[in-house]
Amino acid sequence: MKKIVVIGNGMVGYKFCEKLRAAEGNEIFDVTVFGEEPWPAYDRVHLSSYFSGANADTLMMAPRSWYHEHDIDLRTNELIIKIDRIGKTVHSHTGNSIAYDFLILATGSGAFVPTISGVDKKGVFVYRTLEDLDAIIAYGQKVKSAAVMGGGLLGLEAAKAVYDMGLKTHVVEFAPRLMPRQLDENAAALLKSKIEDLGIGVHLSKNTREISGNGKLTGLEFADGTKLDVEMLVISAGIKPRDELARDCQLETNVRGGIVINEFMQTTDPSIYAIGEAAAYKELVYGLVAPGYEMATQVVNQLVGKEVKPFMGFDMSTKLKLIGVEVGSFGDPFGDIEPCKSIVFEDKVKGLYKRINISKDGKKLLGGILIGDTSAYNMLLQMVQNHMPLPPEPEDLILGSRGGKEPSGAGIAALPEGAQICSCENITKSDICKAITEGGIEDISALKSCTKAGAGCGGCVPMVQDLLNHELKNLGKKVKNVICEHFDYTRQELLDIIKIKEIKSYNRLLDEVGHGDGCEKCKPAVASILASTWNELVVKQDTIQDTNDRYLANIQKGGSYSVVPRIPGGEITPDKIIVIGQVAKKYGLYTKITGGQRIDLFGARVDQLPDIWEELIDAGFESGHAYGKSLRTVKSCVGSTWCRFGVQDAVSYAIRVEERYRGLRSPHKLKGAVSGCTRECAEAQSKDFGIIATEKGWNLYVCGNGGSKPQHAQLLINDIDSETCIKYIDRFLMFYIKTAEPLNRTATWLNKLEGGLDYLRDVVVNDCLGIGEELEREMDFMVDTYACEWKEVVNNPVLRAKFKHFVNTEENDPAMAFQPLRGQKIPVEWHGQ
Amino acid sequence: MMTELEKYKKVEAEDVTFWYRAATVGAFPEDGGACVKYKDLQIAVFNFTRRGEWYACQNLCPHKMQMILSRGMIGSTGEEPKVACPFHKKTFSLKTGKNINGDTCDITTYPVKIEEGFVYIGFNEVF
Repeated sequence: MKKIVVIGNGMVGYKFCEKLRAAEGNEIFDVTVFGEEPWPAYDRVHLSSYFSGANADTLMMAPRSWYHEHDIDLRTNELIIKIDRIGKTVHSHTGNSIAYDFLILATGSGAFVPTISGVDKKGVFVYRTLEDLDAIIAYGQKVKSAAVMGGGLLGLEAAKAVYDMGLKTHVVEFAPRLMPRQLDENAAALLKSKIEDLGIGVHLSKNTREISGNGKLTGLEFADGTKLDVEMLVISAGIKPRDELARDCQLETNVRGGIVINEFMQTTDPSIYAIGEAAAYKELVYGLVAPGYEMATQVVNQLVGKEVKPFMGFDMSTKLKLIGVEVGSFGDPFGDIEPCKSIVFEDKVKGLYKRINISKDGKKLLGGILIGDTSAYNMLLQMVQNHMPLPPEPEDLILGSRGGKEPSGAGIAALPEGAQICSCENITKSDICKAITEGGIEDISALKSCTKAGAGCGGCVPMVQDLLNHELKNLGKKVKNVICEHFDYTRQELLDIIKIKEIKSYNRLLDEVGHGDGCEKCKPAVASILASTWNELVVKQDTIQDTNDRYLANIQKGGSYSVVPRIPGGEITPDKIIVIGQVAKKYGLYTKITGGQRIDLFGARVDQLPDIWEELIDAGFESGHAYGKSLRTVKSCVGSTWCRFGVQDAVSYAIRVEERYRGLRSPHKLKGAVSGCTRECAEAQSKDFGIIATEKGWNLYVCGNGGSKPQHAQLLINDIDSETCIKYIDRFLMFYIKTAEPLNRTATWLNKLEGGLDYLRDVVVNDCLGIGEELEREMDFMVDTYACEWKEVVNNPVLRAKFKHFVNTEENDPAMAFQPLRGQKIPVEWHGQ
Repeated sequence: MMTELEKYKKVEAEDVTFWYRAATVGAFPEDGGACVKYKDLQIAVFNFTRRGEWYACQNLCPHKMQMILSRGMIGSTGEEPKVACPFHKKTFSLKTGKNINGDTCDITTYPVKIEEGFVYIGFNEVF
């Protein structure tokens, strides 16, 4: 056995382990990994998602069990303090010593903290680890404003995080423009104006001289004599390679930091390798994850004796979304490496800037910059990396991508087989195509988990999707999602047909555009569309409804039903609680509090339902629609009326919102919540629409859900007033209802929506389709035509007569049986065949 | 519980010895079903208006032994008329009783006839 010791369990250190254990011939290595942080490696690239709700577990590269299963001895919380090169041993702070044959330094980097007086004051943070973030979040609760020092990639990422916390945010940059390493002056100016539009202050050419405040920071003082009052400072001004261990054992380090390595990642000691941000190759430290992964792969290949190509430096191209603005910079963005000509397109109204640099002979693309729309990024980067020939009119590359209707797959088809699609995982076009043609994969999530493409930064996912569509089309596979064998249409198409032809019954729709006799898939799907369009009583066409909508109650084991009266916002008077208790007692119902702040009454026979509802309606209750694919509840915390932290009246607003959308039929159930302050006790970020109070109004989050695949809601817009918030929810819900596939909740719908959250925001907030008012009108119609279904049934003898088990006798179902549990009843366990 | 299933014995139209008059045609919803009690049997009867056909089968879904099929949605797969159990959407042929998903056992069907506005279910009984 050969002993490998890895110092550092960050993204690159983890990738080394993963690649090693996947490589043939890895069995001869015994691997020990030391990480100084308390948890296993996590995804630092998506650190800002921690602020929008991701937790440490979702950011993990792999769970602790993974290391165990792969026979890797992972020691977290253990810091290596000394390397003994002669004895080939490392020593940890807990006194452990361990020998190595090969040592991998993946120590990463720390935040670069400039020497400024006052940097040790309370309220000054760096942005680097999960612990840093926890500290920032905790301190951020107590303050209203913050500055981020550093206007580069990391700084803007940090600014987004602070901004999402609801703080007045400032960005302070030493250079005269933002992202000086990636953007030219015009691009940076556009980015600046877009960021400023969000209310973030951008301060350029600012040399911070002093961090002022008495113990606790109160502001920044700049060399030009100006000041900025802030209560918190997050320093994100660059990285400092963690090379101290290497320096202490006399390995060569770079003057500006970084462990010096050759093209085989070897340090000056051939049995010690350095990879990732700790390493300096040709005096350059690579502060991106893809080059780090590439270095890890290189070392693994050498260790297992695979063929090795020397590392020749790495492309620093990058595409990302910064504070909601798409930014891309690729190849040689400034065009100053070799003589070239540039084509520039700028649209200040739409906030677009695109620049491409073309070789002097006009044959090759050298690099460029994209702001506002990076849809062409992957394609352009491929052209640079593969030296692909330019089209005759190179400006088409940045102008034609939107307007012209050329098939988007054409560019993809032209890519060479070996073109690298996913740079994080080094997946080529042919890897992906093989998975589709030979592996029979037909959807993007299966493709991602099979090839690992897109598992890193995720930037290549749109391109992987394009490849998938293109390959499927080549294979002659249909991509259209028709709802079942009886209709050759998608849900959205059926909705349009129903609307335009004013079709109000399932049978007429089936006669006019369908075939066969329908089924359990299309019947409830069409019933939902009809209800969302015409809002007529669902029990009028009771046999196309799922059983819950047919009997307006939730079927439970044994064939009994449960009843949930609406309790808007979860607010209820003692008198009404007493009525619920009395009804439950009278009919012998099992009672339980639901997750949506209401009370569920279980165990009602179908014939009892109208009687139960008659009593509930008399006491002022109405249907809670717990049985429908429709709005369930709008949960609330108690808000500013009682709570000492509350900044808005969450309960009143939740009631208003719940009453507005009650009974609204949709492709799947809808849940909402309103929290009265940023503590978020109503858990609004797990709802289809979540509203969180701010000092100035409300932040609106959309498309979250709990369930088997929990997903956090994302911020649609912040600090809006109550009227605007309702207007946007109207538009959002109607747009979802009109375009989602059957039984897709808003999160799933958003995940499939081309353009994602940005596009949704464009539709809802910026009204880019010009349908905002129409959507609002349609919602107003739904609100105006709302009627409590149970009230209608209770007062209609014909409808009421349908609620019985047998058609030829008044007897009840003799098969229904209950047993006691903790003083209540439950159905007897059901039996399989 | 298995004895419950065994109570439902398949009856072919030619073997009917007794037609039970269940209820009027109007008691059964269009393109839907309702449940009829006959002795200790529960029979689901479907008024398949769209096809102009009537079907009857056991009300008991064999998957989880639930008295429920009469509340299921009916439809077709290809030409075959079917009913879907409301609990887990197991589907059964209304003609043969065969389980269409192929993951649970089949059900028993009964002949149905309509005479003078009444719905009759056919049984084979030895008196």
